[in-house]
Amino acid sequence: MAELTALRSQVPPAQRRAPLARRRRRRQALQRWVVVTVLGIFFLLPLYAMVEFTTRAPSGSGRTLDVWRTLADVRSLADQYPDLLDGLVASAELVLLTVALMLVLLVPTMIWVRLRLPWLRRPMEFVCLLPLTVPAIVLVVVLAPVYAWVAYFLGPASWTLCFAYAILVLPFAYRALDAGLQAVDVRTLSEAARSLGAGWGTVITRVVLPNIRSAVLSASFLSVALVLGEFTVANLLSRTNVQVAINLLGKRDPSISVAVSLAALLIAFALLLVLSLAGIRRRRRGPRAGRTDEPVLAVTPVSLEET
Amino acid sequence: MTSDAASAPALRDRAVPAAVGTSSGGRRGRRLAGTAASLLGVVPFGLLVTFFLVIPTLVVVIGSFLDAGNRFTFANVRGLTEDVVVQAYARSVWISAVTAVLGAAFGALLAHAVSTAAPGGVLRRVVTAACGVLAQFGGVTLAFAFLATFGFTGFVTVWLQHTFGVDPYGAGGWLTDTPGLLLVYTYFQIPLMVVVFLPALDGLRPQWREATESLGGSTWAYWRHVAGPVLLPSFLGSMLLLFANAFSAYATAKALISQGSPIVPLKIDAAISGEVITGQDNIGKAMALGMVVVVAIVLWLYARLQRRTSAWLS
Amino acid sequence: MRLFSLAAVALAGAGLAAVSACSPPTSSTASSSSSSGGVSAASATSAQALGGMDALVAAANKEGALNVIALPPDWANYGAVIDAFKQKYPQIKVTSAQPDASSKDEINAANTLNGQPTAPDVFDLGQAVANSSTAMFAPYQVATFGDVPPNLKDPNGLWVNDYGGYMSIGYNSKVVPAPATVADLLKPEYKGKVALNGDPTQAGAAFGGVMMASLANGGSADDISPGVEFFKKLKAAGNFLPVDPTPATIKAGQTPVVIDWDYLNVGQAKALQGTNIDWKAVVPQNAVYGGYYAQAINKQAPHPAAARLWEEFLYSDQGQNLWLAGGARPVRADAMTKAGTVDKTSLQALPPATGTPVLLTQAQSDKAAAFLKDNWAKSLG
Repeated sequence: MAELTALRSQVPPAQRRAPLARRRRRRQALQRWVVVTVLGIFFLLPLYAMVEFTTRAPSGSGRTLDVWRTLADVRSLADQYPDLLDGLVASAELVLLTVALMLVLLVPTMIWVRLRLPWLRRPMEFVCLLPLTVPAIVLVVVLAPVYAWVAYFLGPASWTLCFAYAILVLPFAYRALDAGLQAVDVRTLSEAARSLGAGWGTVITRVVLPNIRSAVLSASFLSVALVLGEFTVANLLSRTNVQVAINLLGKRDPSISVAVSLAALLIAFALLLVLSLAGIRRRRRGPRAGRTDEPVLAVTPVSLEET
Repeated sequence: MTSDAASAPALRDRAVPAAVGTSSGGRRGRRLAGTAASLLGVVPFGLLVTFFLVIPTLVVVIGSFLDAGNRFTFANVRGLTEDVVVQAYARSVWISAVTAVLGAAFGALLAHAVSTAAPGGVLRRVVTAACGVLAQFGGVTLAFAFLATFGFTGFVTVWLQHTFGVDPYGAGGWLTDTPGLLLVYTYFQIPLMVVVFLPALDGLRPQWREATESLGGSTWAYWRHVAGPVLLPSFLGSMLLLFANAFSAYATAKALISQGSPIVPLKIDAAISGEVITGQDNIGKAMALGMVVVVAIVLWLYARLQRRTSAWLS
Repeated sequence: MRLFSLAAVALAGAGLAAVSACSPPTSSTASSSSSSGGVSAASATSAQALGGMDALVAAANKEGALNVIALPPDWANYGAVIDAFKQKYPQIKVTSAQPDASSKDEINAANTLNGQPTAPDVFDLGQAVANSSTAMFAPYQVATFGDVPPNLKDPNGLWVNDYGGYMSIGYNSKVVPAPATVADLLKPEYKGKVALNGDPTQAGAAFGGVMMASLANGGSADDISPGVEFFKKLKAAGNFLPVDPTPATIKAGQTPVVIDWDYLNVGQAKALQGTNIDWKAVVPQNAVYGGYYAQAINKQAPHPAAARLWEEFLYSDQGQNLWLAGGARPVRADAMTKAGTVDKTSLQALPPATGTPVLLTQAQSDKAAAFLKDNWAKSLG
């Protein structure tokens, strides 16, 4: 054992590390592609089944793109099914409002609880899990009196669903943000920032937030996907959103309904891809360049001199 | 994270001028004032949650103890002890637990694969976007897609029958029974795990891996002593989320198994929307209360497990 | 901390009391609308009370909107019915919400949205829900009220049956042989193929399916147990598919045999014309289970005049014939046949029903429902 250590210490560390790292990286790359391919096939199978159904020729044999061509003719689609446009607009509004509500309310609160009110963590965890335990049908029945007041003050439009959606999104957003916050030593960062004279607002927005970017992005992803996929609450409150409109559309023709559902999935996917571009940090030049998600204090010494 | 309690007084003392007297009453008064000031920070969130979550939950709780004429009764809650209902709860818990574990395991695997990829690369962005979308894919469409894939006339079933001579339906319908629900639920549990667990994996520093290796540690040692303890709280928390997610999911099951309401959310749906037997609304609320209690118990178990494992692994 | 929790609970409790005890003031559209000759539309019990059909049309146009609920376009040709109404009264915007709702969901929606302008104005309900929710209805007698047989309406017009049908077996004749009797469904050719439209303890259509099976297997209006036995045997044979049949599953071939109302199966047949699925509907001989649905007006309808106009339209010859075109049997069929206003081609196209139709009374329905509640889930294991 001693000889081994002695031998090891004779080889310079950088050289020792290089072949190890390269081998590991290659093995990781292989593992990565195997896992992604196997699970990818599992996930793509039902989607392929949907494509197969929508391209079936009426005669039973052969393929046809008629259904997709009808969908692609967006103008005539909007004319024939005006509810679809209403639903799309409502969903767009709801996505923006719900994500905004979630970011503005949940993120600062979680950071604040972690920093100043640690005894609230467990109750908050329970509260943020509660929306998932009550099924949507019951939730609608018990939200009825609250929404009666909301409709009285804000009208019966679909965008008022953003409050209910913000609640529905809580379990997922909380878990993603919690995972991110666990990875960052929030307390030390905030103490350091406070000792340098930063106020609580600066601590939250300029010190902690940049370090949990990946978590905030995950939470936003889940919120966007949930709002775009939500059907039950909007339906039972007789409001419209994209899924409700698709459902009504589907009553006229099952092939179109499956095709529109698939199209909605693809559009949501494209939307999330675009959103993920926001999560790519610009490469920092200078001594702190390297792994892009290293925790860095956003308040650099230069800006301190300015204040 | 264990230093929370220790550094709290330090921060609080900084927030309040030190010139105030140091008698115990004075300090307690200051602490209360400090707490009250801190609580102001959670008021906006608290308002949203109170009106749109706490009050509805209280309505559920109160409704469980009312009968059709709004009189107090235990009958609804007693109805929860019926055989059929207990079986439904057992089946719900079983399906949720199994899909939570499967989803967590495969999801963590996929999340790890994605986290080792280039941070801004195509693979990571495509997989995370796809997982975000698939995590919320459910309901009638998902049931239809699974029927079209694994159903009696599904293309995978037909392919298995023609290529291997294996008939998955030889022993009877499985897709429209518990095994089917397990498969379908896992379909959206895995992507959910990926999206929720990835931030935790992103928090692992490559320096830790290099440090372990330079100290002669193997991959197993790295996972057992370094990465594992750091990831375990998030892993357990994500698994808890998966459990709750499967527990209350019902739209997909409703389309797949329209008979007999084998799981609790379907029974609640039957009580509230059923048009053949009316007057069951409050029984539905009692069942919802039961669901809240079950999840509270699971949450408590999770909290204890977290405390035990953090002590054991650190 | 304890103080905080106590304070939080107190706050929540106060909020709960405030929110649920007082409801917000109802929207003013209901009260400010249409009144003529001192009678407001909300309390009019007939068109005469408002001053005639023209006054009713004027009042409805003034309201300008109508909220209907639970009317899928392919259910008894409702798509065409709504389109025809829109064409006849272009100033009234029709919003069709929750096409998948059950009758109970309609009542739930009326309660949930009470006082809001999006609350449903009219209901199309199964008989059981109609009988148990009369407190929510406004009495109204359409112009043709007298044409409806007395056992198919409430004497005050709280609810009136609108269309009905017989339970049938719909099947893809290219995939399965034609079932001559209900018992044929137990044959091996139907393995994994027979679906029921819902759970009979929840859905009226499925309840009818089990009743039909009961009638075909020696049961009667008072005895649904042979039906439950039949489905138990069906499941044991591996023929019963617990999937919820939808137009998509039928078109995809996932549910080749569906037990449902005859007008729904006839509607499917029409929709699948030109595809490789030859959908046929057959009413089993001497096991004819009939059921009617009922129209009712919401007492708290946000658009009471439009609601009444809608009812007048549905019970006019045009409305009734449109339902007939969808394969349903309109409640005024006898009167219209006598008057010669019925659409004869559609009448002839209805699936033939050999045997005396069995319609259940409320008491028989309740008894069967109670039996199902105790035995259905158990029998299906």
